[in-house]
Amino acid sequence: MMTTLRITVSAAVLGAVLAGCGSSVKLDEAAPVVDARPNPNTGAGAGGARPGAAGQSGVTTVDVGGANLAASNLGRVVYFDFDSYVLRDEYKPLIESHARALSAAKTKKLVIEGHTDERGGREYNLALGQRRAEAVAKSMMLLGATDGQIEAVSYGKERPASDGHDESAWAKNRRAELKDR
Amino acid sequence: MTRQLTIIDAALAYNPPARPRPGHGTVIAEANPQHFMVRSPETPALSSRRRLLLAGSLVAGIWPAAVRAQFRVEISGVGGTQLPIGITRFRDEDKSGQSIAGIVRADLERSGVFRIVDSAGEFDETSRPAFPEWRGRGADALVSGSAVRLADGRFDVRYKLWDVVKGQDLGGQALAVVGADLRLAAHRIADAVYEKLTGDKGVFSTRIAYVTRVANRYTLRITDADGEGGQVALNSTQPIISPAWSPDGKSVAYVSFESGKAVVWAQDVATGERKAIANFRGSNSAPAWSPDGRTLAVTLSREGGSQIYLMDAGGNNVRRVTQSSAIDTEPVFTPDGKQLYFVSDRGGSPQIYRVAASGGNPERVTFAGSYNISPALSPDGRMLAYVNRNGNEFKITTMDLSGGNVRTVSDTVDDESPSFAPNGKLIIYATRSQGRDVLMTTTLDGRIRTRLLSSGIDVREPIWGPFGR
Repeated sequence: MMTTLRITVSAAVLGAVLAGCGSSVKLDEAAPVVDARPNPNTGAGAGGARPGAAGQSGVTTVDVGGANLAASNLGRVVYFDFDSYVLRDEYKPLIESHARALSAAKTKKLVIEGHTDERGGREYNLALGQRRAEAVAKSMMLLGATDGQIEAVSYGKERPASDGHDESAWAKNRRAELKDR
Repeated sequence: MTRQLTIIDAALAYNPPARPRPGHGTVIAEANPQHFMVRSPETPALSSRRRLLLAGSLVAGIWPAAVRAQFRVEISGVGGTQLPIGITRFRDEDKSGQSIAGIVRADLERSGVFRIVDSAGEFDETSRPAFPEWRGRGADALVSGSAVRLADGRFDVRYKLWDVVKGQDLGGQALAVVGADLRLAAHRIADAVYEKLTGDKGVFSTRIAYVTRVANRYTLRITDADGEGGQVALNSTQPIISPAWSPDGKSVAYVSFESGKAVVWAQDVATGERKAIANFRGSNSAPAWSPDGRTLAVTLSREGGSQIYLMDAGGNNVRRVTQSSAIDTEPVFTPDGKQLYFVSDRGGSPQIYRVAASGGNPERVTFAGSYNISPALSPDGRMLAYVNRNGNEFKITTMDLSGGNVRTVSDTVDDESPSFAPNGKLIIYATRSQGRDVLMTTTLDGRIRTRLLSSGIDVREPIWGPFGR
């Protein structure tokens, strides 16, 4: 009994983490709602998690490996804290998914574009954006992607995602974007 | 001590400059349009008609046809040490389409050395002034002249400079120029007057380059040192940054993102011919020419990180200068070509360092404040200008390299890209004013600052060209 419960909980947690959802799983709640985009990784029966549908013992099936990982369904943007190029935990699953996709298809290539918010000099920010892109690239190479499959580049502050001049805009601009080549 | 600011408008009656004839002046280079269509389908290249209209408005049409003003900020009290000079309207200049006198006045004012006195009156270079009257207006010197159309369509521009105090003729000149060169003729007159009265070489007939951005359209523009008479060297829907003049003034290097990442190009200004000289893996940026024009310093990430390399002007013989795991960027050569100043955050935050161009252990140069970037060296190598960040404020700062004396020279809070005039007497920079990116010049002590261009488009990254146009 306890073993089953523990496995159920672990599987649910695993499912939540791998689906990129940062929230923790509580035993007395329904399975957490995952990203609204259809997840090709789940088996036919589970579908996207619908609150309540799977009760308290929901298990999300995750398929790993295989070329059926549609990269366009994976997240494409990693965000960073101010003055930082540290990869936040919440983006590790996204990076892992892309790394696995590259590892599974050696002809597949990716460009990682690093960006900064508008504050600071252009050339220094170009270098900071480069650091962010390289942090993502290095992480992917540790997870199976090869050096030749990834190019890390930077736009510095030249291509903001948001034109505002406040923290909410700046937070959207401190990012690395993953693009198929 | 409270400062009083006096804002002075020098009104210029102005007509847009005549378009240069084919083969004359700079040529527009288009970043390969195929790249636009592949890379950014959501921002289609402007239709050619709209592009023409936009280019036309950028060059000529934006400024009101009637009157423009040059905004100058002067700290009170400095007027007493300036040389008061009158510059009367040049005879027939309104028929030429350029306010020769207005351009000369604006140039001399911007230098910080001169104060323009009441210059009303109808004179030309042949009239002998009534010196008592001019002394009464407070003038020490006077310039008068004419701009007469010749039978072949060119203009005969003449001036005479007078020493009002001694009542002496200090000489003059006659220049025969095509209509497109009338502004240049006015600048050359300003240079001659400046040189005669100060002993220093004038910079008014030099050029500057800078980047403009209008929505998703970027241009690299080459203009007179007063920001006027602009011609477009590069038109792109992708960002352009870090322009750098070659020492002979014939080429400009810059970073273009037209291929989807930062690549360094070198472009011949007159012909528009260009070559991608640094297009290695990762980002390529921050080009800086050596004083002999044969070497460029650049920032490359081809071995990871951002490090400084040297290469020859054709992009070959690449060798690494800095060896750190930090960010090393924004190199600039000393006038003897033997050292580089650059920015590094190896100490935790960006500061300015100096290293032998052949490599070696860099020496830190800036210690005041926790963020110092964008070094620029005066032509004599004795002064460093850079941007200091203090809290949220970015200010142009200078450092006397012999004594270490540091001084803030701007009173705005979002400055970037300082660049010295080739006579070392002025610094041009970009800043943000009333929601717009604008260009400013300042004297080295920060006491006379002038804003260039009230055109309303965003301008950034100015770089002052060399002598000898």
